[in-house]
Amino acid sequence: MSVTVAAEELPEVQSAVKADAAPAIVMEKVSKWFGTMQVLRDVSMTIAQGERVVICGPSGSGKSTTIRCINRLESHQEGRIVVDGTELTDDLRALDTIRREVGMVFQSFNLFPHLTILENCTLAPIWVRKMPKQQAETLAMEYLTRVKIPEQAKKYPGQLSGGQQQRVAIARALCMKPKIMLFDEPTSALDPEMIKEVLDTMIGLAQTGMTMVCVTHEMGFARQVADRVMFMDRGEIVESGTPVRMFEDPQTDRLKLFLSQILRGH
Amino acid sequence: MAEIAAEAGVPFAARQRPPAKVVGPAAWARRNLFGSWWSTALTLVLGYLILRFAWGFFDWAVVHAIWTVPYDAQGHANSAPCRAQMGVGACWAVIADKYRFILFGFYPYDEQWRPLVCIALFLALYAISANRRFWRRELGLVWIVTLLLILLLMHGSETLGLTVVTDDRWGGLPLTLLLATFGLALAFPLAVAVALGRRSRTLPAVRLLCVVYVELIRGVPLISLLFMSSVMFPLFMPQGVNFDNLLRAQVAIILFAAAYLAEVVRGGLQALPKGQYEAADALGLSYGRKTRLIVLPQALRIVIPPLVNTFIGFFKDTSLVLIIGIYDLLQSGRAAVDDPVWQGFGNEVYVLLALIYFCFCFAMSKYSRGLERDFSRSRRR
Ligand SMILES: Nc1ncnc2c1ncn2[C@@H]1O[C@H](COP(=O)(O)OP(=O)(O)OP(=O)(O)O)[C@@H](O)[C@H]1O
Ligand SMILES: [Mg+2]
Repeated sequence: MSVTVAAEELPEVQSAVKADAAPAIVMEKVSKWFGTMQVLRDVSMTIAQGERVVICGPSGSGKSTTIRCINRLESHQEGRIVVDGTELTDDLRALDTIRREVGMVFQSFNLFPHLTILENCTLAPIWVRKMPKQQAETLAMEYLTRVKIPEQAKKYPGQLSGGQQQRVAIARALCMKPKIMLFDEPTSALDPEMIKEVLDTMIGLAQTGMTMVCVTHEMGFARQVADRVMFMDRGEIVESGTPVRMFEDPQTDRLKLFLSQILRGH
Repeated sequence: MAEIAAEAGVPFAARQRPPAKVVGPAAWARRNLFGSWWSTALTLVLGYLILRFAWGFFDWAVVHAIWTVPYDAQGHANSAPCRAQMGVGACWAVIADKYRFILFGFYPYDEQWRPLVCIALFLALYAISANRRFWRRELGLVWIVTLLLILLLMHGSETLGLTVVTDDRWGGLPLTLLLATFGLALAFPLAVAVALGRRSRTLPAVRLLCVVYVELIRGVPLISLLFMSSVMFPLFMPQGVNFDNLLRAQVAIILFAAAYLAEVVRGGLQALPKGQYEAADALGLSYGRKTRLIVLPQALRIVIPPLVNTFIGFFKDTSLVLIIGIYDLLQSGRAAVDDPVWQGFGNEVYVLLALIYFCFCFAMSKYSRGLERDFSRSRRR
């Protein structure tokens, strides 16, 4: 259904791309294998600061692997990845730097069930950023207010709905004040009525000019927010361009097939 | 609000309560004990046997029991009345006469207030640790101080005016508590370290070491480990170097318990969803912080039942030290009836020992169930 949402109905989200500044993320001919199976083939991309990129593609095409390489939850075997000016290598110091600057939101929320919502949000600021507890809590409440659930701060994740949990996960990542946010299918595990509240939160975030890389099949969201859509299939970026161009004038057969499939699926 | 108001006309209790036929003890018995002719027969036979045994025990332990015996002028007990009743009624007088030996072993009679205080300290330590309000960093300090205090009290010190009692004379309940408490308190951190080491991906040498350690220790019975530590170990050491027997037994128990506990903890680490590790990584937490703040608190909660199971097992396994001549509670009890006066009155003593062991183990099990309940409540409400 969301695919059919016309661009005109939606409030405009200003593009925040800073083309002249140093790029936020550079991937050059990145390849990766799981065992003998190649899951990424020469993936190259440059994402500018403030740019919002949506990655889509069929299941198993390597979308998750690509964005997990950006914060090195997976390590790549060939090619180069530079995030915010730091190259990703085995060097642990580089890894620390990157992970402070890159926030990630997962499909399955991955909140810490033994900690309250507030503790989930203050954990990293306190232990990684060495922020005083008081200050971290003020910050966390600020972001929880931004995602519209400050009243749940004292509860545990298990007491919240899926949509609320995902918004907490977004707030938790934002509390680290990252420069880049990665989203791996943030709405796929949600019931339809909760998808909107999470997408609205993400749109709100886009309006602040955050650099965002989202793996999602929410085409309405892509149209409204994305500066660029990348289509991946079998470990490669097959086609990329503005959302309007990609959805209305697909060039490759693979993208045409994919679009017809998700239209049918919805 | 509107819904509640609409329903308010019907009393809640009246609608909710199921008919009496399906609940209550009578219904429960009908369903579970007399459901079919087969289960009825089983119930009757088992019920008869249980009643028979219970009555037999009651008859022996209470109805025909002898509670006191006469003492002669030197203060020696005369067990003749008990001998006359042997096999018919219990002679609890053996416990009245021997309880101090059973509880404290060969510890000097006049100094036995010291092990008694130690028992009290142990119990206080358990009670404090059981209360989750006190689960703070300071608790570790309390443990260290209390355990050192217990050692000092047991051993004594000339400067404090306490006669020195070397540990070959320690025995009874304090010794059992000492072996179990020190054993588990030291084995547990070691176990966590080994479990983490065994899952280390970046340090293959450490992983190998941990695997070898666990497999080697698990492959031998505790008895043989104790025996080795006591008899074989000194053979390998240069002449004159002599470690204390109790210490060696304690080390053997720690190493043994740690190997088992490590496997339990590893189970918890494996049960934790991968997403938890990834979320912690993505937030930039270091390995140590991730482990301490995210992984262990969750993994250890998952394994509370098997962990306590292992604890209980080891509490009882400390009694195996008797084979290397250490007088723990069980061995002191056995030795008590070596006294010619009381020879043959082991049953009474064993009933007491069983009761003591049961109290400790049952308390552990009951506490762990409460803990599980609390944790699951705080997670999903
Ligand atoms: N840890 C792993 N070990 C082995 N193979 C893996 C692993 N993770 C992913 N793969 C494989 O790599 C390929 C790409 O996976 P990836 O998760 O990146 O796809 P995806 O595009 O995100 O798919 P989906 O839409 O289903 O999430 C798949 O074939 C998958 O089976
Ligand atoms: Mg994926």
